Amino acid sequence: MVIRTDTALAPVSLRATGATRRRLYVQALFKGLFGLAAFLTVGVTILIVLSLLIPALRFFSEVSLGEFFGSTRWTPLFEPPSFGVWPIVVGTAWTTGIALLVAIPFGLGVAVYLSEYADRRVRAILKPFLEILAGVPTVVLGFFGLFLVNPEIVQRFWPIGTVSTFSGLAAGLVVGVMIIPTVASLAEDAMTAVPRGLREGGFALGGTRREVATSVVFPAALSGIVAAIVLAGSRAIGETTIVLLVAGSRPTLGWNPGDQMQSMASFIGFAGIGDQPTGSTGYLTIFAVGLLLFIITFLLNIVSIRIVRRFREVYE
Amino acid sequence: MKSRTMRLMSLLAVLALLLAACGDGGAEEPATTAAGGGELEGDIVIDGSSTVTPLITVAAEDFQIENPGVRVTVATSGTGGGFEKFCVGETDVSMASRPISEEETGICETNAIEPVEFIVANDALSVIVNPGNDWTTCLTVEQLNTMWGPEAEGTINIWNQIDPAFPDQAMNLFGAGSDSGTFDYFTDEINGEEGVIRTDYNPSEDDNVTIIGVEGDVGAVGFLGLSYVLENEGRIIALEVDGGNGCVAPSAETVIDGSYVPLGRPLFVYFKAESLQRPEVAAFARYYADNQESITQTALFIPLSDEQAAQQQAELDEITGD
Repeated sequence: MVIRTDTALAPVSLRATGATRRRLYVQALFKGLFGLAAFLTVGVTILIVLSLLIPALRFFSEVSLGEFFGSTRWTPLFEPPSFGVWPIVVGTAWTTGIALLVAIPFGLGVAVYLSEYADRRVRAILKPFLEILAGVPTVVLGFFGLFLVNPEIVQRFWPIGTVSTFSGLAAGLVVGVMIIPTVASLAEDAMTAVPRGLREGGFALGGTRREVATSVVFPAALSGIVAAIVLAGSRAIGETTIVLLVAGSRPTLGWNPGDQMQSMASFIGFAGIGDQPTGSTGYLTIFAVGLLLFIITFLLNIVSIRIVRRFREVYE
Repeated sequence: MKSRTMRLMSLLAVLALLLAACGDGGAEEPATTAAGGGELEGDIVIDGSSTVTPLITVAAEDFQIENPGVRVTVATSGTGGGFEKFCVGETDVSMASRPISEEETGICETNAIEPVEFIVANDALSVIVNPGNDWTTCLTVEQLNTMWGPEAEGTINIWNQIDPAFPDQAMNLFGAGSDSGTFDYFTDEINGEEGVIRTDYNPSEDDNVTIIGVEGDVGAVGFLGLSYVLENEGRIIALEVDGGNGCVAPSAETVIDGSYVPLGRPLFVYFKAESLQRPEVAAFARYYADNQESITQTALFIPLSDEQAAQQQAELDEITGD
């Protein structure tokens, strides 16, 4: 009698059975699907950049960089057109700056309160409200700014200079309200992530809650806080609807925040509503401004990554 | 184990199907179910002037109540924007606050699209101010030109620069944007050339923005179609305009009798000749012609004069062969 050892060994170790093979196929299929999703985002990003870049290059073959950055008159949709981009860059700076002036103190205040002071019950009430605020559509915020904030608050109580029916000031304030939840929730995450031991060390040294919050937790979470502010700033720069509704559509270059203003994003929105003939210089302007906006936010993100690295404190 | 993978796979398959369905959904309408008893069906796509929009919207709403099988969509992208879509065949009807230009006719021709013109109402461009403005009720065309001409840019910002009798009050300007027929018409009549205007005013393709701007500012001036003035009575007031024969207020009578110059004008729609062969489009044109008086009044426009109305009916008879 011959004992056949080969039949017992070979199939198990070397050849997959039907079931195992199916599992391997499924594995490969899902790896492929997830990989596709990941690379699709890369592809989409590249496509967006290209779709901005190509018309923008055509724009700059018609309008010189010297005029774009050298002139201070922005009337691309009028005859004769003029393409000095500064008024809308400054308009963007105004609305973003005002928004950050609102969102940084309020957002960080909320974050410190939530992570250091609030007990569970208060948090359970506050957090959902913050999320609701984050979920308000910007068009609703825009009308809130146009019909309430500007006429009832800004025009009544702003002490310096005149405030028009459409104002960059009110637009900035409302954009600030829009980005408070971004600052607050990201900064709060950064603060809650600070190890317990650090806080307890602070308390053990006799620190009060306030002292621990401002001298221990805040510096330890600084990199996360900076990241929160930069992200919120990027959203403010790109905010279109609120600025379009509240700040009007007249580009101005000046020192009065109560004036009408146009930001880069709201120009794109404005020009997009009207019908620019495809291929006309007015139409190409949209892409040139879009590209500039993209470059500005991109540079800001790079700067912020540097800052975040520099202030990062790593605790084991 | 096996059944779970199967479930996952079938879920993915369903997802894929859903995606595919979304992909071409909307593009094709379900085949029209056999029309019962001459019931009209189909889509009428309308786009164009924001000035004409309120008028055609009223007509479209009433028409659809009587003909529930017809879907009329009215979009607003300005007279020029409307013609751009019309002349490449995207729309059936184009609303316009000025006659079609030669250039636009040319583009239509290259795409083999024949526009058929109808006057649908009369309109007046109005110059509006804030109700708190107690220093002026009438401006001459020259004064309007001083106010809105390209030379005024950056220099004419105070009311007493228009007339020394006016107060030392800052003047903020609002008006139609460069895509609108209102803009073309106003610049042509006031500044002598289409498109020529100071650029430091607040332009908007949405006339409600002009209303909000003027309503909120005592020193503001704006220009827009008369219908918006009538709709917003109390929020803003319309000035009289002196076109050489004394001050005339914009109203139905002064526009039809031709005394409100130079800012009174007819409004147009252009039908694509090919679309007029479709029964639902022809029915819509006929509906408008038969009801123009009530439609124009509901939408706060100025009805056609008897002469204009008779001409419209005659043209329509000729086209539809009734």
